[in-house]
Amino acid sequence: IGVEAKMSSKMPSSNNIAQARRTVQQLRIEASIERIKVSKASADLMHYCGEHAKYDPLLMGIPASENPFKDKKPCTIL
Amino acid sequence: MNSPPHFICTPFSLMACQGLASGETLKSLKAESETLRKKLEEERKKLHDVELEKVAEKAEALGELNMKTRRTLKGHGNKVLCMDWCKDKRRIVSSSQDGKVIVWDAFTTNKEHAVTMPTTWVMACAYAPSGCAIACGGLDNKCSVYPLSLDKDENLAAKKKSVAMHTNYLSGCTFTNSDMQILTSSGDGTSALWDVESGQLLQSFHGHSADVLTLDLAPSETGNTFVSGGSDKKANVWDLRSGQNVQSFDTHDSDINCVKYYPSGDAFASASDDSTCRLFDLRADREVSIYSKDSIMFGAASVDFSLSGRLLFAGYNDYTINVWDVLKGTRVAILFGHENRVSSLRVSPDGTAFCSGSWDNTLRVRQEGRGVGRELKQGGTTLYG
Repeated sequence: IGVEAKMSSKMPSSNNIAQARRTVQQLRIEASIERIKVSKASADLMHYCGEHAKYDPLLMGIPASENPFKDKKPCTIL
Repeated sequence: MNSPPHFICTPFSLMACQGLASGETLKSLKAESETLRKKLEEERKKLHDVELEKVAEKAEALGELNMKTRRTLKGHGNKVLCMDWCKDKRRIVSSSQDGKVIVWDAFTTNKEHAVTMPTTWVMACAYAPSGCAIACGGLDNKCSVYPLSLDKDENLAAKKKSVAMHTNYLSGCTFTNSDMQILTSSGDGTSALWDVESGQLLQSFHGHSADVLTLDLAPSETGNTFVSGGSDKKANVWDLRSGQNVQSFDTHDSDINCVKYYPSGDAFASASDDSTCRLFDLRADREVSIYSKDSIMFGAASVDFSLSGRLLFAGYNDYTINVWDVLKGTRVAILFGHENRVSSLRVSPDGTAFCSGSWDNTLRVRQEGRGVGRELKQGGTTLYG
């Protein structure tokens, strides 16, 4: 049952070629992907944060009345 | 080491098993690798027109954060190694070095279920999307699923199902979008996708050259990928269906202990033994931010984002949790309280709280303590939420 993937330290020469070929194939795939500029990627990350900030309870806090983790305590009038 | 599994042989790996094509030598293949690596570097550099930090100068500054511990979950007899939230936002599963896996109701702090695994160092645990089962494993090299019964006295161990089998320890596990499939990561250098019902291996993922320590599934809206991090200092992005490694990032200087997707799915964060956390943008195909300080000298073990992606919570081996402004790259809070390493950290499904598990045997649930974030003034008095 399952995968027998052995991390063998002894690699016969045919495996070295197979390994090298796999590396080349892998790098070809990685080199061919489409990329966008960091300026655009950053703008999009910022936009997402901006759009969702008001709904982020760890950023904004939660009203005690809606917070199941908050023990109900009487308000302190100062 | 990267030999394909017995019964899944993609055309990719078949080609690699054949003898040399004409004109091809080990030397020429290595030369081509070098050329391709240089090309990758150049392509990435061309698009590096600005730093995220610079763009983020326009973003509103964060107010002072005031994280408060709301619950401390005590009951594990040894180090807490992993934890996960249930989709119901109140239950938590946690696993420990002593082999115990506990399901808690975080609102009441009651323990609802407890299982003793036939192994120590239960390094991974996960809640099923339905809330009706949990998965866990560690030094037993397996991932097992336990259906949760409504009857608290029922012996959970009796219904245990062995799903995944690796040839080294299980470091991470997660259900996919249903209770039917589990994705695992292992010290054997692979990740794998399994059918829960039959235990069948559906896909395996080869490419790391050392232990895979962590994985995270992309948010369901963004498609079928996951990211893994390993002792080889690499973070790899994989296509779930084809098993293909589609992107790779190797800027960390040491083991990557945790990876987590940014909520939009366009980026992911990592935590490493090199004491830094980093942000990698998938569409720019590069690291875009590094969260570090000279004063932070211990490894980062676990990270998670707040709901909007603006905050990154990171647990460290120096017992602290640092909260980072994801966009500006600055630290906005340090949280103390744990008395040993923070091993695991997750934000709740609705983003209202986050839980940290520690080698001090406890878990802590924390929230932003300002109430609605501003003082409410009614008449002449100030009421604090």
